Amino acid sequence: MKTRTALILLVLVVLALVPMSTRFDGPRVGSKKFTESVILGDLVTLLAEQAGVEVLHARELGGTRILFDALRAGEIDVYAEYTGTITQEILAGQGVSDAESARAVLAERGILMSKPLGFNNGYAIGMIETTAARLGIRTISDLGRHPDLVFGFSNEFMDRGDGWPSLKEAYGLPQRNVSGMDHDVAYRQLENGTLQVMEVYTTDADIRYYGIRMLEDDRQHFPRYDAVLLYRADLAEREPAMHAAMLALEGQLSEVEVMALNAQARLKHVPEKKVAADFLQSHFGMEVGTADETVWDRFWTHTREHVELVRLSFLLAVVFGLPLGILAAKRPRAGQVILAAVGIVQTIPALALLVVLIEPAASLGLPSVGAGSAAAICALFLYSLLPIVRNACEGLRGVSLDLRESAEALGLSPWARLRLIELPLASRTILAGLKTGAILNVGFATLGALIGAGGYGQPILTGIRLNDYGLILEGALPAAGMALVVQGIFELLDRLAIPRGLRLARA
Amino acid sequence: MFELRQATRSFAATLAVDGVDLSIAPGRTTVLIGPSGCGKSTLLRLMIGLLAPTRGTVSFDGVEVNPASAPDLRRRMGYVIQGGGLFPHLTARENVALVAAHLGWERSRIKDRVDELSRLARISEDVWERYPIQISGGQQQRVALLRALMLDPNVLLLDEPLGALDPMVRADLQRELKEVFVTLGKTVVMVTHDMSEAAYFGDIIVLMKEGSIVQSGTFQELDQAPADPFVTRFIRAQQSLTAS
Repeated sequence: MKTRTALILLVLVVLALVPMSTRFDGPRVGSKKFTESVILGDLVTLLAEQAGVEVLHARELGGTRILFDALRAGEIDVYAEYTGTITQEILAGQGVSDAESARAVLAERGILMSKPLGFNNGYAIGMIETTAARLGIRTISDLGRHPDLVFGFSNEFMDRGDGWPSLKEAYGLPQRNVSGMDHDVAYRQLENGTLQVMEVYTTDADIRYYGIRMLEDDRQHFPRYDAVLLYRADLAEREPAMHAAMLALEGQLSEVEVMALNAQARLKHVPEKKVAADFLQSHFGMEVGTADETVWDRFWTHTREHVELVRLSFLLAVVFGLPLGILAAKRPRAGQVILAAVGIVQTIPALALLVVLIEPAASLGLPSVGAGSAAAICALFLYSLLPIVRNACEGLRGVSLDLRESAEALGLSPWARLRLIELPLASRTILAGLKTGAILNVGFATLGALIGAGGYGQPILTGIRLNDYGLILEGALPAAGMALVVQGIFELLDRLAIPRGLRLARA
Repeated sequence: MFELRQATRSFAATLAVDGVDLSIAPGRTTVLIGPSGCGKSTLLRLMIGLLAPTRGTVSFDGVEVNPASAPDLRRRMGYVIQGGGLFPHLTARENVALVAAHLGWERSRIKDRVDELSRLARISEDVWERYPIQISGGQQQRVALLRALMLDPNVLLLDEPLGALDPMVRADLQRELKEVFVTLGKTVVMVTHDMSEAAYFGDIIVLMKEGSIVQSGTFQELDQAPADPFVTRFIRAQQSLTAS
């Protein structure tokens, strides 16, 4: 029995640690979690590839904070940003009001800013044309006369420097029914009438698609959002060819062109990479071949990334969770603290936990965002702890007093009692905890995509962004399938690890 | 063998055992008896060190029983509870061999010892490989007794060992147990609430009430020279039940 348990453990550890992919160590391009940013990322990627540099595009990593931190930490080397976001958000509260002073401040931090790419993707406040016409709303000031309108803003807009709080103040807007949500979801709610007002990006393809009127910013609240590339100061030295190639984009993209590119991807569901390649062909006359990715290619990539997230985080949860559960069962006072702590972790929203963990992961020199993200693995580890710790604790507490005393009366040491009697007797409950932990872990791992860790969450998020149900299912179905596989594996494990005498007792 | 001096054990506000002085003589069977809640099981658990006395001392062969000394002392004691307390995840053989295997006995030595024990209690070969749930209550109790005897302890502590068995099985096992006690000449301390069982086994009967000893002596002494009207009442109560 000892050898069998040791064998199971060995196999699990090996499975969890064998490297599945080698880490890419060339230059990396990042992009934010919205279509235009992904297209700009693909443009930079394709230009670099044309110049003979192999690069990795870490797609859809998250919001501004995540991208900028990743750039500073050297996790990525370049991404597309907007001047307004730089002054109002990244350098907020540092007295930087224009792009040129921002350039100087960034340079001190080892980050360079390209010249504007040519288009302004500013914020605007939008309403469905017919609604706006009916209510006679033309400017943002006009909104003040309609306090009952329902507003829906992206979560980022809800609390950024130039977002809702300052907009409300600048215009003295009275509306109270204001909620934060995903930008793409807001468009759908606007269309079906749940919302009447949302913020739009002036190059959003949806503006034309949904027939949206952009209200005049009559008090000039919103700054300009000229697209630029932010990149690490050492890139020119490390990858001169890539540096030169990507700067070819400076001044090349007009608002009309970008809106058309966005429309291709968002409304016609052309893959971003293809959209970018087509633009480079028509604009620069470059022959850019993009191999079409099949559903199966994507499936394998996402499966590999998902397994990568699950296995290490789960192994850590077992390695730490079981001893914590045992401690909780044996020391009731420590147990209360332990169970409360692992319970509280569950209540932390996933995105908050992920973002909080990025900084420490980066400072430890671990990959913080993107595939194999240590922050995502750590968050999953924390989320998986509860069922493992709780079940180990309950399982051990559930061993009857008669049996515990019989073991004690035989003269066995506490350690021997735990190993020979209590753990085997609690094995069913403990394994049930591991099973729950593993299944939860598979589900939670989809959230890793929030910081670009990939996995099945990636097509789900992209699907939400593109309003593409096929893509959502491409992530949701395999995630469900993997949960079932995990369940099956644990049922096999039950047979191996639960002593025969206890399984008979159940029959 | 056991010396208890002013041994006292309370649970919250209740005194389960209240200042008991008792010596257990080697080579004989002492029966602790009394109504439910009189403290007889608590007294037994104090002896094996599953409970520590709140006041007073318990010593075994001159060594005080406390959390530090208990694990070693217990190897020289065998303890059996009502229902046997067999571990359901181990076969009968594994239950009996558990501690010996843990102590690193050779396989052959374990086998010889189990064979020897098999002959002592009537346990057929096929029972050994079964799990507790697969064997009868009487067999479970025999296996539990053999588990307690495996390391050849100096003393057997039995807490209502036959309490959960039906009357026929119980009568058989009573006879068998007595034979084992006589053959091995062990010191035995047994808890029961049944006076006829106490009279059958007990060289010395210790009658308890509300945490204290009312009288200790042979059955004849208790019957003929009761120290307290309670002694007579307790004996009569059980006899009248048998008669009716």
